[in-house]
Amino acid sequence: MVRSKRENQARLAFWLLIPAGVAVFGVIVYPILRTLLISFFEVTSALATDTPFVGFNNYLEVLSNSTFWASMGRTLYFTLISTSLELCLGLLLAGLLNAKLRARWLFRAIVVIPWAIPTIVSAAMWKGVFNAQYGPLNAMLSQLGIIDQYQAWLGDPTTALNMVILADVWKSTPLVAFFLLAGLTAIPNELYEAAKLDRASWPRIFRSIVLPMLIPSISIVLVLRTVEAFKVFDIIYVMTRGGPVNGTQTIAYYAYTTAFSDQNFGVGSALSYVIVIVILALSAIYLRLLRRSEMSLL
Amino acid sequence: MIIKNARTNRLTVGIGLLSLGALLLSGCSLTGASTSNESKEGDGTGAINALFMKQAGYSEDNVNAMIADFESKNPDITVEPTFVAYEALHDKIVTSAPAGTYDVVHLDVIWPADFASKGLITDVTDRFPATWTDEMLGGALTSAEYQGKYYGAPWGPSTKLFYFNKEMVAAVGATEADLTTWDGALAVATKIKAAGLAEYPFSWSWSQAEALICDYAQLLGAFGGAFTDADGKLVVNDAAGVEALTWMKKTIDDGLTDPASITFLEDDVSKSLSAGKTAMALNWESTFRDSNDASISTVVGKVGVLPTPAGPTGEHPGVNGSMALSIGAQSTNQAAAWKFIEYMTSQSVQEQYVTSSMTNWKSSYTKTDLAASNPEVFAAAGVAYDTMILRPTVANYNSVSQILQVEIQNALLGKKTPQQAMDDAVEAANATIG
Repeated sequence: MVRSKRENQARLAFWLLIPAGVAVFGVIVYPILRTLLISFFEVTSALATDTPFVGFNNYLEVLSNSTFWASMGRTLYFTLISTSLELCLGLLLAGLLNAKLRARWLFRAIVVIPWAIPTIVSAAMWKGVFNAQYGPLNAMLSQLGIIDQYQAWLGDPTTALNMVILADVWKSTPLVAFFLLAGLTAIPNELYEAAKLDRASWPRIFRSIVLPMLIPSISIVLVLRTVEAFKVFDIIYVMTRGGPVNGTQTIAYYAYTTAFSDQNFGVGSALSYVIVIVILALSAIYLRLLRRSEMSLL
Repeated sequence: MIIKNARTNRLTVGIGLLSLGALLLSGCSLTGASTSNESKEGDGTGAINALFMKQAGYSEDNVNAMIADFESKNPDITVEPTFVAYEALHDKIVTSAPAGTYDVVHLDVIWPADFASKGLITDVTDRFPATWTDEMLGGALTSAEYQGKYYGAPWGPSTKLFYFNKEMVAAVGATEADLTTWDGALAVATKIKAAGLAEYPFSWSWSQAEALICDYAQLLGAFGGAFTDADGKLVVNDAAGVEALTWMKKTIDDGLTDPASITFLEDDVSKSLSAGKTAMALNWESTFRDSNDASISTVVGKVGVLPTPAGPTGEHPGVNGSMALSIGAQSTNQAAAWKFIEYMTSQSVQEQYVTSSMTNWKSSYTKTDLAASNPEVFAAAGVAYDTMILRPTVANYNSVSQILQVEIQNALLGKKTPQQAMDDAVEAANATIG
């Protein structure tokens, strides 16, 4: 009797899970497996019927291509700088949002706006801000006497990459701040009070209480943002389309142009898997480093 | 532990079998493309989806008005249009091809080789009336032709014309005659800059995009060069190709070209001209319409248009930027799609919207009343269409174009000499062409 009830429950659970299972299989598992399959074939058209098996040749082609390594270098730079800036600014912002201010709810609501705006919209906005002829950034710097004449901020490869990073930091810092704010609010007041009784200075409190207690939040947000930054695509697509002179072509954008513009789907798929491997490696390194802390959740 | 392993194995096998099943269901080919020869003709009625470019040429309003008229004349067919920026059009056609989302697609002159050789668009040679080859302009026909077959119907010839601010040119005592050569245009630009009428007299669409290749093509032609030799190999590292690029770079160094051009597409150039910041620019035919639209322009009635200036050889070919409408290879309603294409590309419809895009019908150019509706552009385009320069007609044009874009920008930004940039471009592109 009991067993039959359990079996019924299991059957019900199975049928209830089927829609989610189909969705996950359809939009995640199947494309992932199919991309893996395609990466071992030469596929030069979206409707190719003649697709010879080439083994690991697509992977070898990717790894021997100088454009790939240049894109990888640029992506690592983008990831490192944007994630570091977001973490530092996010920590500052979280501290401000945690302060007992009047209308704190209003500040918190305002800060979340950049994150709430779709990337495609904020990228278009930043493209306008950096415009060489009518951009507000040029107007502001020129009126403050910092620059003599309007600059083409997206006209030089290095400057353009840094400007794209700036746009990404503006967009993602609120997310980091809210993750850290959640961590900050979880720190018991008693710890601060005890530290004060021990006459600990603020830098000491930050180093010995706040930072260790924030490690779980930092570890989560670091992995999340690193992965996101490494996959950056939409902001590049809207702001620079990889130019000038490929100066903002990140690895995900390179994979996109290889697969869809050049219709080299085999190599594009191999590139996608190389990206996955790099992200997994980066995440593993982070987790290993952060797991050393006893407070880490990971 | 053993139970867990067994479950994991079952799960892996299950996922593998499901993937295999899905692959089989998708038509037995890796891409899902069917090899069967079943008819995709349809019954000539029903709904069709059409993909258009939203940029130069026919505006979104123009196309919607054409569709409304077509539907009123063909009540059995409904057309659902989608508009995307030119920069997104190629990739949208590629990504939508396997699903057969679009029955009709808007095609640029540089894509027939790419799409036809890869089976993304339908061969319509049998539907293409033999008379059209005589009745249409040769340059426009190339927008739908590949290896002697037609893969669509031309939908307007197009080239970049030379626009100038008449007030600024007159203010330095120059006339249209001074703008018939690039040397003359440079001299006028120098005077305009010296007079303080424009900080940078020239604006160009030199962003890392196809727009850059169009501008370069026009200058390459003016310097007597061509993209490829008789064997189809890229030869832009020859004297003409390098001279054209050196000339472009010099206009930046001399402060005559807006350095922001390296971030501009045609739309940005058009805006700069309409804002009165640019004295001279190359752009498509519809720029004249936009510069005379008081809602977006401060220079209404002050912009003149001429054929592209001539280079040292006396040649002044316009870049061939003709467009076409094609049937998507996976469309299952091809009869209705062709009916729609026939209507959209018909002489009467093209003549009705001649201020947006010129017509590809030869006899349109002998109609004086039609020329009177857009006289400046008719006069300039008539000369420009006589000689046009083609970009390389190779199957992997996109890769070649991207290589060229990067190397031309390398020279413009002073990272390489023009000769080195073009040598590198030729080496990389020819390896791609094979």
